[in-house]
Amino acid sequence: MSLFNKHKIIEKSPTLLLVGSLLVVSVGGLVEIAPLFYFQNTIEKVEGMRPYTPLELAGRNIYIREGCYLCHSQMIRPFRDEVERYGQYSLAAESMYDHPFQWGSKRTGPDLARVGGRYSNDWHVQHLTDPRSLVPESIMPKYGFLTKTPLKFEDMDKHLRANQLVGVPYTSEQLINAKADVIAQATTDADIDGLEARYTYDDRFSVPIGDFDGNPDKITEMDALVAYLQMLGTLVDFSTYVPEANYR
Amino acid sequence: MKNYSGTIVLALGTLLAVFAAAFAHDDLFRIHAIILAVHLGPATIYVARKVATGGFKEEDKSGYMDGPIRIGVILTVFWGVIGFTQGVLIATALAWPEFNLEPWFNFGRMRPLHTSAVIFAFGGTALMTTSFYVVQRTCQARLWGGNGLAWFVFWGYQIFILMAATGYLLGITQSREYAEPEWYVDIWLTIVWVAYLVLFLGTLFKRKEPHIYVANWFYLAFIVTIAMLHVVNNLAVPVSFLGVKSYSLFSGVQDAMTQWWYGHNAVGFFLTAGFLGMMYYFMPKQAERPVFSYRLSIVHFWSLIFLYIWAGPHHLHYTALPDWTQTLGMAFSIMLWMPSWGGMINGLMTLSGAWDKIRTDPIIRMMVMAIAFYGMSTFEGPVMSIKAVNALSHYTDWTIGHVHSGALGWVGMITFGAIYYLTPKLWGRKQLYSMRMVNWHFWFATLGIVTYAAVLWVAGITQGLMWKEYDPQGFLVYSFAESVAALKPYYILRFIGGSLYLTGGLVMAWNVYKTIKGDVRDEKPMVAVTSNAQPAE
Repeated sequence: MSLFNKHKIIEKSPTLLLVGSLLVVSVGGLVEIAPLFYFQNTIEKVEGMRPYTPLELAGRNIYIREGCYLCHSQMIRPFRDEVERYGQYSLAAESMYDHPFQWGSKRTGPDLARVGGRYSNDWHVQHLTDPRSLVPESIMPKYGFLTKTPLKFEDMDKHLRANQLVGVPYTSEQLINAKADVIAQATTDADIDGLEARYTYDDRFSVPIGDFDGNPDKITEMDALVAYLQMLGTLVDFSTYVPEANYR
Repeated sequence: MKNYSGTIVLALGTLLAVFAAAFAHDDLFRIHAIILAVHLGPATIYVARKVATGGFKEEDKSGYMDGPIRIGVILTVFWGVIGFTQGVLIATALAWPEFNLEPWFNFGRMRPLHTSAVIFAFGGTALMTTSFYVVQRTCQARLWGGNGLAWFVFWGYQIFILMAATGYLLGITQSREYAEPEWYVDIWLTIVWVAYLVLFLGTLFKRKEPHIYVANWFYLAFIVTIAMLHVVNNLAVPVSFLGVKSYSLFSGVQDAMTQWWYGHNAVGFFLTAGFLGMMYYFMPKQAERPVFSYRLSIVHFWSLIFLYIWAGPHHLHYTALPDWTQTLGMAFSIMLWMPSWGGMINGLMTLSGAWDKIRTDPIIRMMVMAIAFYGMSTFEGPVMSIKAVNALSHYTDWTIGHVHSGALGWVGMITFGAIYYLTPKLWGRKQLYSMRMVNWHFWFATLGIVTYAAVLWVAGITQGLMWKEYDPQGFLVYSFAESVAALKPYYILRFIGGSLYLTGGLVMAWNVYKTIKGDVRDEKPMVAVTSNAQPAE
């Protein structure tokens, strides 16, 4: 067959083979990825989404560092059982400020997309320190060392700045106050007026506040992680969300 | 004139590492830089002394550059054993959670260590090593770029492994599955990988054979596509140029799609195309038969590389990824079944007229089992990519079982076959230390992977069904914790399956070691040399 004879030309030229392969492997990615940046309906219209507070962002970085995503998904699929077990199915809008995304791929433990507000701070601290003291069947590793590790947050403004560069709409005021906002959010009886002013979106102030790890003397990695867990899935105001308007 | 260029590169690297440690933005970056300096410093002194005393003068009798290939064979075996051991360790931690040792040896840090050790350390070293061997033999040409480039690519890649692995235990990760190393390690890998591409292309250009052999098409597609995937998926903005942390350029849904475009094609090009290149050389060589069909290899090469790239969205079924992307991903995943089986048929049918070798040659048996597992997992994959199936299988251990039948069954077995082929040749031995030990390895590995895959099928489907089970009143029957408890026996069995596979790896390590030493085991031959059958008169 003549077509197969033509292949001899490619077979004799490393350049043709290289360019040919590169062209052939580029198509799929271009068709599937590029439109996601341009189609307006890729991300739903919602109210209440806000960037992470510096403390939550620090907690999220600990979540990433410890590889929590390897056993816990943050993506509730639109099935009856998942919605009843975990809550409202996840929207694309809910991870629009997530660099990187944390949807996960495996549920060795339960989904955490809407774990925020489900348990008390004390429960989380106890559970992270010794999971089997609360859930005997659990096979989760222990994370007690987080309560002993002071949180490093001197450079949180730099972290917010990096997020700003990749498109998260942090204001310069939020950058300047990054360090102060960590302290305000992780301390009981702190003055949170500034924090509230800076992180109220669509008239919603959905920032969990308090001494999360039960140790008011210092701000630890446990404070940050629990603050992050306590806000997961709580941002979007579903009373104003219209699913029919967002079919894709 | 003595060539000190290698020493200079190493010394500069050491210097950079020391500076990075001195001016680090955070502690983790400092520790990571110190780890690098501690390895590069002694390496500099070693290489300098070796060059000064004229120790690097040995020329290969074959005329090919086999130095990195010999070390590559040893390191492939080494990383294999390490990777399988990591796997057994985290299987232990899943069955008995007391084996998690916080903070450095918790499951969350050990799991990327295991996946990267197997995919990038074991698989990557095997691919680099065999590609160096195959491209030289099939082009009748020495590696392009002189000794320096080949050694740079080889050791540069090992440095990437070192930095990635130590980073995971320290908690340095981007949380992108199979692309966990942070931005500075990614930049280093990009440099090494481009050098690898240049080396490979250069060798193709100076070939003495008119045609480029089919194995090289696959190796080339693997190298160039991994370069593209790696660069795009790792685009990120670092917090500080002397710190570990970076934030990915994309967010949420676009980030997820980019990551799984990468993730699935790490499977498609690293673990499939690259290893098909391996199959296309070592299978015909060991069987002493030509490749079954030249036309089939053309058709399945181009269709495989075209279709694979589209399959990524099947990792994101029913998520917040738009439906049109999911459907495209599913459709192309199902189509992918055909070129995958094209490769399987081409590999298996290479044995036409020599099927008896499955009985007489344990190395061939190993390769055939590899191709059989390739066929099995490339059928299972399209099935799991169907949305209705995925609704049950996603998030469960079924996926983990599927990955392992590919990684242990296909990637592992075809690599073992290549290692057993290469070792006697590279060290000028007449034969392996022991063929019977190859046979033992075959059975340990096969039993191990069959146990593993079967157990995780049952585990995954159990999980999926328990999560979805309703009672007649319309309430969910099981709490999540009950599904965790139900899996314990399966996790213990999977630990046993993994241990069997690891045992096989240890048998191989011993066999390779003794072969290199030049020993031959005193054993009964696998098959009687003389036959009692008489030809018909």
